[in-house]
Amino acid sequence: MSIPTWAQLLYLVGAVAFILALKGLSGPKTARAGNLIGAAAAVLACTIPFFYIDEMKHVPLILVAIAVGSAGGFVGARRVQMTQMPQMVALFNGVGGGAAALVALLELHEITADGGSDVETFVLVATAFTILVGSVSFAGSIITFAKLQELMTSRPVVFPGLPVVFGGSLIAAVALSIVLVRDPSMGVGVVLALVGLAVGILLVLPVGGADVPIVISLLNAFTGLTVAGGGYVLDNTLLLVAGTLVGASGTFLTLLMAGAMGRSVANILFGALKGGSTLGAGEASDRPVKSAGPEDVAIMLNYAERVIIVPGYGLAVAQAQHTLRELVDVLSAKGVEVDYAIHPVAGRMPGHMNVLLAEAQVPYEQLIEMDDINDEFKDADVVLVVGANDVVNPAARNTPSAPIYGMPILNADQAKQCVFLKRSMRPGFAGIENELLFEPNTTLLFGDAKDTLGKVLTATKAL
Amino acid sequence: MNEGVVWLTIFILSVFVGIEVISKVSSTLHTPLMSGANAIHGVILLGAIIVTGSTDNNVALVVGLIAIVLAAVNMVGGFVVTDRMLQMFTRKKTPKAPSNAGGSA
Repeated sequence: MSIPTWAQLLYLVGAVAFILALKGLSGPKTARAGNLIGAAAAVLACTIPFFYIDEMKHVPLILVAIAVGSAGGFVGARRVQMTQMPQMVALFNGVGGGAAALVALLELHEITADGGSDVETFVLVATAFTILVGSVSFAGSIITFAKLQELMTSRPVVFPGLPVVFGGSLIAAVALSIVLVRDPSMGVGVVLALVGLAVGILLVLPVGGADVPIVISLLNAFTGLTVAGGGYVLDNTLLLVAGTLVGASGTFLTLLMAGAMGRSVANILFGALKGGSTLGAGEASDRPVKSAGPEDVAIMLNYAERVIIVPGYGLAVAQAQHTLRELVDVLSAKGVEVDYAIHPVAGRMPGHMNVLLAEAQVPYEQLIEMDDINDEFKDADVVLVVGANDVVNPAARNTPSAPIYGMPILNADQAKQCVFLKRSMRPGFAGIENELLFEPNTTLLFGDAKDTLGKVLTATKAL
Repeated sequence: MNEGVVWLTIFILSVFVGIEVISKVSSTLHTPLMSGANAIHGVILLGAIIVTGSTDNNVALVVGLIAIVLAAVNMVGGFVVTDRMLQMFTRKKTPKAPSNAGGSA
């Protein structure tokens, strides 16, 4: 089946629209427009085949399937809490990878039904690649979803012999791909998909919770490449360009994110396999800490000249952003200089915290990025850490064996006073003890963030 | 010109374009950008429609319909969730949000 010229030209228009969409998404003013351009292009592109394929079969069923998927995606995307958005992105990415793998399997079915003798080797290579990497992306994304949703432990899962099993699956995957290219058959294709699922699971299991966003970004790039492979198999330039764009920009974005955390991608993926990140969380938990009541914290804040707030994921989980903003408003009215220090990976993903605070209408100017505020911590009278932990953990500077070692952190330890609002002594998402909690100038205020912030707010107003 | 080379050319050029267009992104936009790119690869829906529309085999039809559902979830959900994230940045100050004053203690 050949594609008519007008349809090919429309595919080209779609490809250009996707480039403009990515371009728009990388600037704050144009981001929303970019996303809408991408959405419009994708929707219109999907209508094109209905017009040029004359004997398209099963049209009603196809339309029903589109409606079901669209409704599911729409409702999921509207309903999801902003705090759970990272796992939603992981899930969307996973199903996309799964769809690409299924498309390649179906194409393989066509090829084998035709006898498969006159098929170009390149097409078979692309088919094998799409089946394999699509399955990896699907299984890997489901595991990241389970980790972020806390359906399973967020700590690295390592078992003896994991590197051997992982290496074995990789070799099996490559071997099966070669067999598939030399002698295409459905059986080999299905086994290849199953091995791909195993590789995906084994790839993500050893990754610690705090690094999961990087892995989502990497799997996103993988899915992009599988879509590109699918485009080659189906002779479709739009799929090829769109998938390649996402694969390339996704890979680059993964490197940027890893850079923001001071990590290498290889270290994130395979660090736990080398051991060293299995730090015990239990050892220091019974050491003495200094805790205080909401009134004490209110007094500290009220008589400070400069307060820096370090918001973390716990703030958002407790839905305390609005209460925090109110507290900041009261303090500002009393002449206290207050800013928010935003770590690049605060929340669960880079930029996640900005989204969560913007939702609570915190003015954009009060959100100061790490590099711009890190020198001001030493002049701050009080640093208020709300629901954050790893981003102020000095272990990132001092403990080479810690999994977060090398990640740039906020210099909260340099402030005159440091107040932690915490639910419990439970360690942060990276699962490691925070030495800062035991420093003499650190005060802890235990309780649900929204609850305790409300009490601090009431006490501050009364002063 | 060899057709394989044409495809390779498109692929290589797209790699460079993909990197170039996002090279200046600020870390604030990393998450929405990832999510938007995620939605774009949902266009595999197009491929799923084409293969499903040309099959005569019942098993293949079912697999194809599953692929369509999954791809549609990826595409529609991806763009909608990205828009929700970006709304947070652009929204002008709306009338004060209902913040239940003073905590619930």
